[in-house]
Amino acid sequence: MNSRKIRVLVAKPGLDGHDRGAKVVARGLRDAGMEVIYTGLHQTPEQVAETALQEDVDVVGLSILSGAHMTLTPRIKKLLQKNGMNDVLLLVGGIVSEEDAAELLKSGCADQVFTPGEPLDKITGYIREAINGR
Amino acid sequence: MQQLVTELLQGNRRAAARLISQIENDDPQKTDLLKEIYPHTGRAYVIGITGAPGSGKSSLVDCLLQQMRSDGLTVGVIAVDPTSPFSGGAILGDRIRMQDHALDPGVFIRSMGTRGSLGGLSRATGETIQVLDAYGKNLVLVETVGVGQSEIDIVKAADTTLVVLTPAGGDSVQTIKAGIMEIADIFVINKCDLPGSDRTAAEVNMMIDMKNGESWRPPVISTNAVSNIGIDQLWAALLEHRGYMEKSGRLLETRRQRVRRELTEQVEYLVKKRIWDRVKEKIEFNDMVEKIVQHQQDPYSTAHELLEKIKFYNGIVGEDG
Amino acid sequence: MMEREKSDRIRREKTVWQEEVSQMKQRNEPFSTVSGQPIEALYTPLDLGDFDCEKDLGFPGSYPYTRGVQANMYRGRLWTMRQFSGFGDAFDSNRRYRYLLEQGQTGLSVAFDMPTIMGYDSDHERSLGEVGRCGVAIDSLEDMEVLFDQISVDKVTTSMTINGPAAILWCMYLANAEKQGISLSRVGGTIQNDILKEYIAQKSWIFPPEPSMRLITDIFAFAADHVPQWNTISISGYHIREAGSTAVQELAFTLADGFAYIEAGIKAGLDVDRFAPRLSFFFNAHIDFFEEICKYRAARRIWARRMKERYGAKDPRSLKLRFHTQTAGCSLAAREPENNIVRTTLEALSAVMGGTQSLHTNSMDEVMALPTEKAVKIALRTQQVIAYESGVANTIDPLAGSYFIEALTDQMEAEAEAYFNKIDNLGGVLNAIDCGFFQQEIADAAYTYQRAVDNCERIVVGVNCYNNGEPQQIELLKIDPSVEEKQVGRLRRLREKRENDTINRCLENLKKCAAGSDNLIPKILEAVKVYATEGEIVAALKEVFGEYKEKPIF
Repeated sequence: MNSRKIRVLVAKPGLDGHDRGAKVVARGLRDAGMEVIYTGLHQTPEQVAETALQEDVDVVGLSILSGAHMTLTPRIKKLLQKNGMNDVLLLVGGIVSEEDAAELLKSGCADQVFTPGEPLDKITGYIREAINGR
Repeated sequence: MQQLVTELLQGNRRAAARLISQIENDDPQKTDLLKEIYPHTGRAYVIGITGAPGSGKSSLVDCLLQQMRSDGLTVGVIAVDPTSPFSGGAILGDRIRMQDHALDPGVFIRSMGTRGSLGGLSRATGETIQVLDAYGKNLVLVETVGVGQSEIDIVKAADTTLVVLTPAGGDSVQTIKAGIMEIADIFVINKCDLPGSDRTAAEVNMMIDMKNGESWRPPVISTNAVSNIGIDQLWAALLEHRGYMEKSGRLLETRRQRVRRELTEQVEYLVKKRIWDRVKEKIEFNDMVEKIVQHQQDPYSTAHELLEKIKFYNGIVGEDG
Repeated sequence: MMEREKSDRIRREKTVWQEEVSQMKQRNEPFSTVSGQPIEALYTPLDLGDFDCEKDLGFPGSYPYTRGVQANMYRGRLWTMRQFSGFGDAFDSNRRYRYLLEQGQTGLSVAFDMPTIMGYDSDHERSLGEVGRCGVAIDSLEDMEVLFDQISVDKVTTSMTINGPAAILWCMYLANAEKQGISLSRVGGTIQNDILKEYIAQKSWIFPPEPSMRLITDIFAFAADHVPQWNTISISGYHIREAGSTAVQELAFTLADGFAYIEAGIKAGLDVDRFAPRLSFFFNAHIDFFEEICKYRAARRIWARRMKERYGAKDPRSLKLRFHTQTAGCSLAAREPENNIVRTTLEALSAVMGGTQSLHTNSMDEVMALPTEKAVKIALRTQQVIAYESGVANTIDPLAGSYFIEALTDQMEAEAEAYFNKIDNLGGVLNAIDCGFFQQEIADAAYTYQRAVDNCERIVVGVNCYNNGEPQQIELLKIDPSVEEKQVGRLRRLREKRENDTINRCLENLKKCAAGSDNLIPKILEAVKVYATEGEIVAALKEVFGEYKEKPIF
């Protein structure tokens, strides 16, 4: 009778208000059968990490288009770890150069980075595989 | 005692969050966990908030949180949004309005999808209230889905129910579902800055006077959550209703009824579960369906036949439990 | 109008042609615009309905301005080539501006960083990691002075993309002009100042709608008296489109916003012809070539008609819809970024054929980072090639009279009118925002589009088609991480050397004024002149006005 659902936090840390991507992804994840919690805009890293904890999500997806990803992502990662959420999947979406993406992946701050133009199925597929593969 | 429950009782946020997930996901341990949690419940006061979409429920919760916190009360919030019947997924966006409280250790907010439940709450709302109660929250606020109809499950879960309306924008209050009028302990006319607000309040008052013969007359409070107007009065009304519930003995009665219902539901749940577990093991259910479809049998005798096969009438159903 | 006999003949011929075509093989793709608007295989005079070239087009520079707002259009003067830019601190951006002017750019356009856009100083905790990232960091008049160092503000016009705190940055610009010894009557430029589209699409708001609208009408009034050459608002469809709307939605929602500002100005007691001439527009140039051209033409006609008929404007300048265009950032792809040069070229061409007054062409690398100098140069060169080599600027409104163009222009106008009715029925723009109408329409359109790309109903070259999977490396601009530190240091030093008592007095005056109903601009100007920071002024206003909270719409 287990009715487990993948829970995803879609978060907009930082100050930029470009939420087209976040919302399109949120709908895509819902249509793939996931429960999506959306934080709304302009969140601090602390708010994102605390929300992830209270909502007990499997995945945190950060949408950052202001160029602040190299500051915000490591901070959120650290706060999640501090909360004991080491196993949460951390994804970053937005305007991220390949070089920055490589650094985020290498330092373990992000599990995957998605840039503009990625198909939704690729994102949902990635999440499903990563979570069910556990 | 299970580790998670111990941690919950110590006030661990992560434990609370994980327990809610386990319950919501029908974890095999669920019943055991709830058994251990139960002795620590019964202290929190539960407030339900229902009303049409766009009536500003989440904003009101946000404002109320401010009030409750400044009175030194800790609060758990359960915000329910609809699960898509097509995909089984959901977008839970109620907490956007409450994110100013995200970092307040005295507030715990949990978003839930209805996951197939139809009465305006999620399947696990009742059990989640118990977790937040045992976790030590003084108050639990439950915000219903807000599709505007048949959201009457909230009265079964809440000690005080708020019904949020907005100035009807030309529509008369008469068009508001009759069912929702009867469940209100307090009416809120939110967005009272919009035209028609006074008229809406007057109409609601009239309807109450026509129907209400009870010892509690639901007050009608005008608010504007966006500019924090009327929240003091709303909070005062909530406290007053709580006082009334406690002094009049209605709270005890409400909770007695709730326990009766829960016990009934639990018994029925267990019986059903046993039956269907046995059916799965023993019976070619689909064959029976086929025979009925082809009119070789009727459903009434077949039901008896099925129950006989799993020895229901011999009391065997309960034997392995 | 055609004679009956002739139209019957054409109708018969069309039937014959259709018969022939129906026997032929047809490609599998849907024949529709990027907005999902179905397009016919052939347009004929039959599609023109009761089109009347005198009534519906007129001549350029005359009512209803469908063919353009100036009589001679680009034969008199080309459009202003205005590349939006800004990054790092004021020193970095000043260098870039001077480079662009040397390359033949004819106007400046300032991009601010997120903290500036949201009204936070660089040393605010919320600014962490954002300072100078997606635009230039401006905290006080001191930064504005640096930004325009060696640039004479009576020689260039400057456009500033700023909305929530527009009044403050504008005052800094004006204060700097005065310091350069230039009279305000000679200062020209644009502030975006369009808060409605922030609630609708771009989501960089600060105050709630009511005080925001007051700030805007205060700017209208102040400019009319003191800065007559300033475009006080740039009513923007750009961001609505970037957020995922269709072309018709961009057209309709932007103009609806425009009418809302007109109504707000009238309600504030201003004569419509006193402020309407300084309103300007800002549209997106998306990839669907003809649809975009028709959008601009329809916009001019709708604006002129409504301004005249509904708002009783008499000054011809009030009837002219002047607009800036930027090519569509959302049409660019991170994969094979050099293809973006081609996309931008097509988009820029549509803006020019649609009669834009100024143009920004995106750089190919902008989906990955702020543009490098090289990428910006190519983008600017794109405009110059269109202007000087392609020949499209030789004649005015070259596509007028095309059956397709006129039919689509008419159709888009009609669909926009249908949206205006819907918005009216919801109680106007502010109420429609409050019930999430625009937000829902845009979210739905964005999702529909993404789905179409995902299942390859809509082809994006190099992304979901002809994608050989080889990553293409191009050089990207890197923002020096020490920018934030440097900017914060400068701000701290400023705070120490200012007369803080004077500043506190100014801020108190400002708050008092905000609580009343007098024009706020003189008080803001006073505060910026003594080097009150943007963050301090915004914080003071927030105390009186409060803050806007978002509506959750998916």
